[in-house]
Amino acid sequence: MRILAVVESRSGRVRGAGLETLSAALALKGDTGQVAALLIGNGLNSLVDQLNGFSPDHLFLTEHPDLALYSPEGYREACLAVLGRFPADLVLISATAMGRDLAPVLAARLRAPLMPDAVEIKVEGEEIIVKRPVYGGRLFITLATSQKPAVVSIRPKAFLIERREGNPPPPERLEVNLDGAIRSRCLQMREEAAGKLDVTEADIVVSGGRGLKGPENFHLIEELAHTLGGAVGASRAVVDAGWRPHSEQVGQTGKVVSPTLYIAVGISGAVQHLAGMRSSKVIVAINKDPEAPIFKVADYGIVGDALEILPELNRALKARMGG
Amino acid sequence: MKVAVLVKLVPDTEATLRIDEGRQRIATADLNMVLNPYDEFAVEEALRINEAKGGVVVLFSFGGEESLKALRQGLAMGADEAVQVVTTGGVDMQGVAQGLAEALRSDTWDIILAGKQAVDDDCAAIGPMVAEFLGLPHVSTVVKLEIGEGKAIAHREVEGGIEVMECTLPALFTAQKGLNEPRYASLKGIMMAKKKEIKVVSVSPPQPTVRIVQLQYPPMRPPGKIVGQGVEAVPELVRLLAEEARVI
Repeated sequence: MRILAVVESRSGRVRGAGLETLSAALALKGDTGQVAALLIGNGLNSLVDQLNGFSPDHLFLTEHPDLALYSPEGYREACLAVLGRFPADLVLISATAMGRDLAPVLAARLRAPLMPDAVEIKVEGEEIIVKRPVYGGRLFITLATSQKPAVVSIRPKAFLIERREGNPPPPERLEVNLDGAIRSRCLQMREEAAGKLDVTEADIVVSGGRGLKGPENFHLIEELAHTLGGAVGASRAVVDAGWRPHSEQVGQTGKVVSPTLYIAVGISGAVQHLAGMRSSKVIVAINKDPEAPIFKVADYGIVGDALEILPELNRALKARMGG
Repeated sequence: MKVAVLVKLVPDTEATLRIDEGRQRIATADLNMVLNPYDEFAVEEALRINEAKGGVVVLFSFGGEESLKALRQGLAMGADEAVQVVTTGGVDMQGVAQGLAEALRSDTWDIILAGKQAVDDDCAAIGPMVAEFLGLPHVSTVVKLEIGEGKAIAHREVEGGIEVMECTLPALFTAQKGLNEPRYASLKGIMMAKKKEIKVVSVSPPQPTVRIVQLQYPPMRPPGKIVGQGVEAVPELVRLLAEEARVI
């Protein structure tokens, strides 16, 4: 199996999801397979060192000033240029905002089968088999294709980053001709408050719901997330009420997360919310209603008022963690 | 402007889902089906664009009988025309996207809108694929859209920020929650939608190359424990997180 791993980077850093993609490719290639890693951007030299501990058979760099920021057409051209040199059986891309946009574009151009947002991937004989969540994580579907090349995007946090002995080979640079190619162009990337973690990327997520009683109390969630180095999430109810931005919504019409620790505070646990967080490793629920459905998926629960418990929990965690 | 909107009927997100005996699909017998929530944002945006600029909004939905309900819901919101895109035989995602592109090619469009994903298969792929097949630029996951002369500014939601995209028109955009507040269909709109003729276009997309092995329920989580009541339970919770779960 020849696998092209598109290794995502942003602002001079290889992203965790990019390393997960590369790890998944290396784990999948088998004894006779080959893996090519692809970095796309502008000024990529500083990123090469960040791939130490990974030894793909090829490392391709496609550099161009117009690739500094993501554009579907620019990044498509970069992938096509590499596929011209390294005809892959499988293209792996992270199922991030970038990858979930790029993968279908590439699949359409290549007339290739697309299996997005994989949480498991394996090869059996000639078939590539992918398991992926559907209905917002309420069900899983297993898909298979023997058509090559296939395009698969992999869900962030579903695959481990596995560094081993060995480093990537010397990079091979490829020219990409972008004359007139980019009609949909990123003028500017507006980052949210510095250091703010996205719920899909955080190892710890602290989410708040109606039980917080008002947007003015969400600082308690923010403080707890800060203590734990985690991200702030929210239930659909409080997003719809305008207390929190949609980017924080966890659930079927928001984001599906699988952090190591998920703390649900004042969230009763509607089926759409449970779908979005039930694959978290450890779940803590704090809710005043002992019958709330959230307790059915929680590993640990406290029955009580979120506004009383949060400050105490924050204090206790700070003390425990030496902060 | 001539605006096309791609719509799909999906199970209500509140509905209980049961897997059909063949393990290939869900049982839809008693399921409440609705217009995909993200498609509502797309229809709303199309209506707003043409309320400002004048023009026509045409809905396209791929599928059998069920697609008619999605089209009627979009018409009830205020869309002008609706097209059901049909085919014989099975399709996969490539087939749906190529079929929709084939139907859309019968005319020219200033703007094509779609929901960022359907909340059944969660593929988030049809919009970008259709754009690619039609040779159009696109922006996905749009939370703000400003249509100008020959180009648009679209704000795209990404992890931890917004990409401000400039895109030449014609183009395709997929709608994310936050783009607008979809209107409710008025009674008059619902009555008018029932009377509107829905055009049927037959397409011939390629054979599927992806097969469904099976659908499954997610693994059950082991039963958890209630640590206690109120603030008194906090020290024990912290101990369990540190010593038993080892996550802090």
